[in-house]
Amino acid sequence: MRLRVRAFYRALRATIKGIRPLPPRIADFGAAAEKNNHAKRRKGVALSDFIYGAVIVFLFMPLVVLLVYSFNASKSGSWSGFSLQWYEKLFMGSGELWHAFANSLLIALTSATAATILGTLAAVGTARYSFWFKPYVKSMSFLPMIMPEIIVGVSLLVFFAGIGLKLGLVTVWMAHTTFNLPFVYLLVSARLEAFDPSVVEAARDLGATEGQTLMRVILPITMPGIASGFLTAVTLSLEDFVITFFVSGPGAMTLPLFIYSAIRFGVSPVINALSVVMVAGTVLLVYPARNFLKAYAAH
Amino acid sequence: MKRNYGRAYAAPEALWLTFFFAAPLAIIVAYSFCKRDLYGGVLPQLSLDAYRSLANPTLIAVAWRTLWVSLAATVITILIALPCGYSIARSGNQAMRLFLIIVPFWTNFIIRVYAWIAILGNEGFVNDVLRAIGLTTDSVQFLYNQGAVILVLVYMYLPYAILPLFSTIDKFDFNLLEAARDLGATRMQALRKILIPNIRGGLVTAVLFTFIPIFGAYAVPLLVGGKDSYMLGNVIADQVTKTRNWPLASSISMGVTVLTGIAAILYAVVSKRSTHHVIEESGIGPVSATAGIPSGGQA
Repeated sequence: MRLRVRAFYRALRATIKGIRPLPPRIADFGAAAEKNNHAKRRKGVALSDFIYGAVIVFLFMPLVVLLVYSFNASKSGSWSGFSLQWYEKLFMGSGELWHAFANSLLIALTSATAATILGTLAAVGTARYSFWFKPYVKSMSFLPMIMPEIIVGVSLLVFFAGIGLKLGLVTVWMAHTTFNLPFVYLLVSARLEAFDPSVVEAARDLGATEGQTLMRVILPITMPGIASGFLTAVTLSLEDFVITFFVSGPGAMTLPLFIYSAIRFGVSPVINALSVVMVAGTVLLVYPARNFLKAYAAH
Repeated sequence: MKRNYGRAYAAPEALWLTFFFAAPLAIIVAYSFCKRDLYGGVLPQLSLDAYRSLANPTLIAVAWRTLWVSLAATVITILIALPCGYSIARSGNQAMRLFLIIVPFWTNFIIRVYAWIAILGNEGFVNDVLRAIGLTTDSVQFLYNQGAVILVLVYMYLPYAILPLFSTIDKFDFNLLEAARDLGATRMQALRKILIPNIRGGLVTAVLFTFIPIFGAYAVPLLVGGKDSYMLGNVIADQVTKTRNWPLASSISMGVTVLTGIAAILYAVVSKRSTHHVIEESGIGPVSATAGIPSGGQA
């Protein structure tokens, strides 16, 4: 009994570790810090630490500038007093923006779901069996990751034109599923490599059918990898600009495309406000979740 | 007798990627050998016209510019990332320092580019400050040149270089440095002759994870560059969407793909020869350098 409870906790912890938000490995950095044995500090500030500090300023400065300007009363660059009008406009008078946001969410969830199903099955297949097109699956699941996005986008555009498919949300969904697949495949494969395959053999020897083995043994063990694959796919989809730019048609505006059209020719105060809301939203969602999951995983 | 279900598992993914990744690329290859149809599209006639027109002097100029902008941005990125990764690895609080590097990249890709328009634009922050302190009355044009493109590319790809460099430096035995110092090497000599050769694997990963996406950059030169700082990605896009010379777009795409392929093969060879497989082991390398930061690798 005791043992089963412990096994359950271990599985739960593994699951939670798996679904921690991006970046997938960040919780491990904590562990790395603990066993870090060469943190012997020299006296004074080293040049490398000074450069690190400068890099942090460099990385954060654009975000700080957006934050400050989002409260600027005037539309043009110069500061002319505090105002919340851009936030008002963002939440009250930007129907098109929120429509694009809804499209982005829809595409992200549906393409991540499709990629997770296809990628997980392929990872299970290549991890357990050998078959004649296995090398093909493996290389096809790797190449889209290193191919420059412009090439993927342009080739899909030409392809869709060739088969006579009208550009719209459906083509965006197909493109996003395609570039999400390799990431799911990679993360699930990594998880499958990490566990003892004799568990699966045991299930088969004890009389489980292939379907039962998949549903009751393989998928539960792989769940952390599947979950992180899904979350990675959602994030990549929400982010994508270049590929979407080529494969979206009229009526298929996603949030990155909307932002692009708004800033094409210069500064847009509503986009400043949107940036702040998005950064704050991500930090508010991700950071507490991360801490919570980390505490839970360490429990 | 255990049945082989591998094909059944992997077939859906293999079919999807054949249809939406391999087939579009095959079309690009085929189109590059076709004749141009004046009304867009291609004529089904074998021709090397598209490859001949690669010798066009404007195109060669853009290719050279793309190469040197990519090299410059990569070199600058690595020179900043090296001491940065070193500082994180030697810090007592690695988790926090890594976290600070990653947080800015929770922002949407297109917003991170836009933030630089808000800083350097004619109505941006820097011009605002310059006017306020009376250095200028007119706006200074900081954007829409090659300097701005390189700056923003460095900004976008710094974490991709910092993460793999950190993970190899973290595995390095710093006692070796002390030994070198004891044997009479200066600090710089010790770093150059002991540290650098030992982190070669991480260096190669960092170089390729910055160089490959930068070489295919499209959005950054489009938004912060001018006509004279367009890169190959922009030429491909223009040929596809504006000029509608699909064979030429295809042949340029082939060039970019071949160069990317050479870089990837080089990476495979060097990382196999190198004794440092720490990147793959730590999971910080390819996995999170692409999946960890929600930005895919767009440029």
